[in-house]
Amino acid sequence: MTLRLYVPIDAAALAVGAEEVASALHAAAARHNVAVNIVRNGSRGLYWLEPMVEVETTVGRVAYGPVAPSDIDELLTAILADGAHALRLGPTEDIPWLKRQTRLTFARCGIVDPRSIEDYRAHGGCKGLERALSLGAEAIVEEVVQSGLRGRGGAGFPTGIKWRTVAQTRATQKYIVCNADEGDSGTFADRMIMEGDPFVLIEGMAIAGIATGATKGYVYIRSEYPHAVAAMEAAITAARRGGLLGNYVAGSSFAFDMEVRVGAGAYVCGEETSLLDSLEGKRGQVRAKPPLPAHKGLFGRPTVINNVLSFASAPIIMDKGAAFYRDFGMGRSRGTMPIQLAGNVKHGGLYETAFGITLGELVDDIGGGTRSGRQVRAVQVGGPLGAYFPRALFDTPFDYEAFAARDGLIGHGGIVIFDDTVDMAKQARFAMEFCAIESCGKCTPCRIGAARGVEVVDRIIKDDHRAANIEVLEDLCNTMKFGSLCALGGFTPYPVMSALNHFPEDFGAQPRLQAAE
Amino acid sequence: MTQGQAPWNEEVALERIRGSLDREGPLLPILHALQEEFGYVDEAAEPLIAEALNITRAEVHGVITFYHDFRRAPAGRHVLKLCRAEACQAAGGDPLAAHAEARLGVSIGTTAPDGSVTLEVVYCLGLCAVAPSAMLDGRVIARLDQGRLDALLAEAQQ
Repeated sequence: MTLRLYVPIDAAALAVGAEEVASALHAAAARHNVAVNIVRNGSRGLYWLEPMVEVETTVGRVAYGPVAPSDIDELLTAILADGAHALRLGPTEDIPWLKRQTRLTFARCGIVDPRSIEDYRAHGGCKGLERALSLGAEAIVEEVVQSGLRGRGGAGFPTGIKWRTVAQTRATQKYIVCNADEGDSGTFADRMIMEGDPFVLIEGMAIAGIATGATKGYVYIRSEYPHAVAAMEAAITAARRGGLLGNYVAGSSFAFDMEVRVGAGAYVCGEETSLLDSLEGKRGQVRAKPPLPAHKGLFGRPTVINNVLSFASAPIIMDKGAAFYRDFGMGRSRGTMPIQLAGNVKHGGLYETAFGITLGELVDDIGGGTRSGRQVRAVQVGGPLGAYFPRALFDTPFDYEAFAARDGLIGHGGIVIFDDTVDMAKQARFAMEFCAIESCGKCTPCRIGAARGVEVVDRIIKDDHRAANIEVLEDLCNTMKFGSLCALGGFTPYPVMSALNHFPEDFGAQPRLQAAE
Repeated sequence: MTQGQAPWNEEVALERIRGSLDREGPLLPILHALQEEFGYVDEAAEPLIAEALNITRAEVHGVITFYHDFRRAPAGRHVLKLCRAEACQAAGGDPLAAHAEARLGVSIGTTAPDGSVTLEVVYCLGLCAVAPSAMLDGRVIARLDQGRLDALLAEAQQ
């Protein structure tokens, strides 16, 4: 009998030794004379347990982790005997951290072989596409509108409305563009999907193509993600062979094909219009809106541009229906959000759950606090452009509007945890510095404002006319917030002002009235 | 992955340029292809690309210089990228970067005098739950501490 084992090929698992574990398993199996089939799956997202090895048993998959290559001999012996071992975590599905989640977008991630379209189909893949084909274009758009799905890249614009606009715009050529330029620190959900369940993204983009009349798609992946690039390219090739892409998508009369494009290290290309310019072969500079990409997008054609997670949520919405998806969540934030716990965190990883969970639950209960064991002092939510939240605001529910009401944003769902050694003035300075490095240079508030911002924060830190410079910083942030062309300059004030408002002592300033309260 | 890259050669460059001409928006794929071939984008490539795409040399130059990825000169035999973004900062990345600079005797953004390694900063490798992280010649390494970093640095100095 062949023993079926799973060792992730996810980049973060590889970064902590998954490749060495897989090799050691092969070698140990040969020594033990055991036939093994090692499947290289995506990650389950329980990163503190990576590399996590799973074993197929009669009662389902059983997990062991974190496994080091030196554990392998003993581990294999244990697996072949009764299964008991110090690293044994029990049946994977019963691990509480996983069991408490509501995995809709990530339903298959870490379970399937990301290189096998057959495995994808065997785990419910392509069902959304099949239903989409039976419904037709208009009904697909209506279903996505009704689901309440909002853009998971950060802006939270209703996905169905975007699709409808493109569908209603007449043109000989339309495009579907996937924004996989996941540059926000603390986020890795797009990467996990592309490496762990790439076919769901392909299926989602194909559904968007059918809904809007677009026949060509691009996935723009950042160059910092070479593993995701390779996984998507392999999946696209397999999808063409498997009839999911091409002139007759899933045997229908619809044509849709796609290709991968690789970015070149510019953070601003995660902004949708600069991404389009980059795809066109230009400097990745932000475009003024209007015209909207839905009217004049890639090469001036109507274009749906959505985040990886938005497209990857379309198949389950089509499969289970709008109401199923909409029933999760709170307020105007419907469905689930793949939340990413990162930084100085004990239990870091991917936690998909319905909107409405509080920040405190996420950080303390699920994240388990810091890895350093010190107090959590601040968390940055939503990437480099997201606000820093103090403990006092940990009752904020994870919801687009609730975060906005407290001068923050959920962005792409990343939460970076800092312990009490963090210097918040330094973090504010970094926010300005990052903006200065990454500014596309098109608008003045961002290009000049960020450079001036670094200088002003430096003066505040040095106590050079501190009170006056704090006023200058506030004024500068206002100018950037309201005068910038895109979110890079426009949102950089969030981390800066939240650091100043919630942690004034780090700037040598007097305690302030909590602006967010 | 910078080891064993070919020296600049116009014929090879033209071949790589032609290889992407049938794509929509071919400029970035062309620049990536050239960098993959030679390890950097030689200035001599600019007029060749401009001619092939029927755009000005200034436009080509503008695009090359806009993106952080494209090098104007060959890198060291190894390229070590240290993540300096927030998640890695929170997990102690800054002191590790300082340690790397001191140990290699190069500052971030420069190449060691013996050509062994180019030390660079990267803003996020998406390994934020196992921070701090780095990339050595395309290989990712995370949960860095001084011991793991020292092993990487020794490898990079070879």
